[in-house]
Amino acid sequence: MSESPARLNVRKTYKLFIGGAFPRSESGRSYPVHGNDGALLAYAAQGSRKDARDAVVAARKAFGGWSGATAYNRGQILYRVAEMLEGRAAQFAAEVAAADGGQAAQAEAEVAAAIDRWVWYAGWSDKVAQVAGAANPVAGPYFNFSVPEPTGVVAIVAPADASLLGLVSVVAPVIVTGNTAVVVASESRPLPAISLAEVLATSDLPAGVVNVLTGRTAELAPVLAGHMDVNAIDLTGIEPQERKPLQELAAGNVKRVTCGNDHWAAPPGTQRLMSFLEIKTVWHPAGT
Amino acid sequence: MSGGKARSSPASGQGGAHADRSAAQREATSELAAQSGESIWEYAPAPESRDVVSIQPEYGLFVAGTFAPAADGRTFATVNPATEEPLAQVAAAGPADVDAAVTAARTAYEQVWKPMPGSERAKYLYRIARQLQERAREFAVLESLDNGKPIKESRDVDIPLAAAHFFYYAGWADKLEYAGFGPDPGPLGVAGQVIPWNFPLLMAAWKLAPALAAGNTCVLKPAETTPLTALLLAEVCQQAGLPPGVVNVLTGAGDTGAALVSHPGVNKVAFTGSTEVGKEIARAVAGTDKKLTLELGGKAANIVFDDAPVEQAVEGIVNGIFFNQGHVCCAGSRLLVQESVADIVVERLQRRLATLRLGDPLDKNTDIGAINSRQQLDKITELTRVGEAEGAQRWSPPCQLPEKGYWFPPTVFTGVSQSHRIAREEIFGPVLSVLTFRTPDEAVAKANNTPYGLSAGIWTDKGSRILWLAQKLRAGVVWANTYNRFDPASPFGGYQESGYGREGGRHGLAAYLNV
Repeated sequence: MSESPARLNVRKTYKLFIGGAFPRSESGRSYPVHGNDGALLAYAAQGSRKDARDAVVAARKAFGGWSGATAYNRGQILYRVAEMLEGRAAQFAAEVAAADGGQAAQAEAEVAAAIDRWVWYAGWSDKVAQVAGAANPVAGPYFNFSVPEPTGVVAIVAPADASLLGLVSVVAPVIVTGNTAVVVASESRPLPAISLAEVLATSDLPAGVVNVLTGRTAELAPVLAGHMDVNAIDLTGIEPQERKPLQELAAGNVKRVTCGNDHWAAPPGTQRLMSFLEIKTVWHPAGT
Repeated sequence: MSGGKARSSPASGQGGAHADRSAAQREATSELAAQSGESIWEYAPAPESRDVVSIQPEYGLFVAGTFAPAADGRTFATVNPATEEPLAQVAAAGPADVDAAVTAARTAYEQVWKPMPGSERAKYLYRIARQLQERAREFAVLESLDNGKPIKESRDVDIPLAAAHFFYYAGWADKLEYAGFGPDPGPLGVAGQVIPWNFPLLMAAWKLAPALAAGNTCVLKPAETTPLTALLLAEVCQQAGLPPGVVNVLTGAGDTGAALVSHPGVNKVAFTGSTEVGKEIARAVAGTDKKLTLELGGKAANIVFDDAPVEQAVEGIVNGIFFNQGHVCCAGSRLLVQESVADIVVERLQRRLATLRLGDPLDKNTDIGAINSRQQLDKITELTRVGEAEGAQRWSPPCQLPEKGYWFPPTVFTGVSQSHRIAREEIFGPVLSVLTFRTPDEAVAKANNTPYGLSAGIWTDKGSRILWLAQKLRAGVVWANTYNRFDPASPFGGYQESGYGREGGRHGLAAYLNV
């Protein structure tokens, strides 16, 4: 009995995710990504400043449609993302284990937590307005109400560790309310982010709602922090002592800046959800 | 335009004789009057008495419950912008004074205000609210003297709203756990608050009331040109028995504000003012743990559709841009009028402007008061010059300006395009830029074509269009068939470069809580 050779597996090329497509970096650059054990996992695209600007353009283009979609529709799509994640749970567990290290069971638990978190945020889409909005009892013959609206294009520097749970925890609360996002994936652990992009691309999420950049955080974050068409930036993935220059850049167009200090395993609360909202107040006279 | 002249009014003098005239006659007469530069509505002077206010020759800083000169003894003059008469010498706080005030606020926070039950804090705020109501006339006159705004605005808007703000937030002080920010929301610590000159007392109330209700202590820096009502408010705090150091007032110029916001002992920075300074402050607090809220400039679109009642819309346009001489961050400084009614709206607007009375801020009939400072007058003059140079058509009603003081006539630019500087930059004066549109989509696109996003106005009879537009406009406050309404229960604040955070309502608490 002759042994047939073991089947050679088909490896994946990890690319960027911009405007619903998976392009390589326009710069043609890539960089090696190593697992927690030091083994080479793959080459990831090393996104450039131009890629970051392209991603902002895609996010801005998607904003009108996504923010104008009904909350019910956004909730359906985000729930669909959780369904797609569940179907790929084994793949994500393997990628998370390779990226973050640790026991397989730990990686599986983290993937399960990420899926559950996505479901949790999906349900907020048609509830946040009732929690954050108000009918205001003004002293005059006016009907006056306040509603939360999405801030706009949000740049996110994803946490450097917690390659999937941390990533989901920062992306889902941004887009569920109608914002669009440009995400800088963990520099050293970018592969689960690209696999998440594949899930997003097959969940009816409109192109450009989430854009994922891989590469050097130090190169990409300042471009987004200083970009005049980005409305808010989440610096969770930046070490506290390195945030100052990015905050200074963000002041250039009065960006909303969030600096998270989250414990990813803990229940997330509503703080991230509320951080990327604008309260709009509408007045109208009441009379006959 | 009476120009503040002392002349008896045929209309008001004859006890309603004008009611006999037909509307057509009235219109014909007022048109004639507009052309000749004389208004049919001449009013006898009706000045509010200054006697209700006693202005001291010199004012110190209010730190730790007492008034004292600046450490280095520096002072500056605050003047009446309607007459250029100096009102008082005011202490100019330096870095040592900032340090002393922050230290006093910290001590009061740790030892008194933070441990105090919310129900007790509430009672102090109620006391302040009540005393503002009791001394309302005194505050109104002082505000008009120092700021130049018409007494009818300071009397009917600024002061009552300031009192209402304290009243509203007083009630939150012992209910914070029910405000929707979790079971145990806490204060931030010492708040450094820098406010502008356009609504001096009202802005002080917007800053102090929610901060104190939430359990913070405050160092307030009023604007250089309008320090007097904040100092009178400090006296009210004293008389209300507010513990020393809970509220401190530092008068001074931009350097005082800069020293305050960058002081390491400050936990929270709140600023209302220009977008330019707001950006500087955001840079100054970068890299710190200070919580920051900003209420900055605006270039609001006031959108008038062809089905809007024209007379109502004209009143709204006037209120939108000429309220408080246009010194309003949410002023409706861009009129977007549907092309089919543009001519009639502009014509009616011009006719209405010819009836506005510009002059003595203390006169109860005055509609338009003085520009707050020489510096602001220069800025308005410069931008209107640019408007003409860029090709827009300038119009003002016949209008005699008083000889002394800082004055600018109500001004309307027509033929304005979106690229003109008068359509893009905040003028912060009584200057309206008129643009036109054809479709609702075009109105939205033009209204949103600005880096600001503070406010917007809509004038139409169609309910579904109001709601559609209200959703599409990227602005924090949308007034539909009204304009420039404010209330302590109503959140106020902007999108984009108009700042972040909200003031007023439940939402206004978030700026001062550790949530």
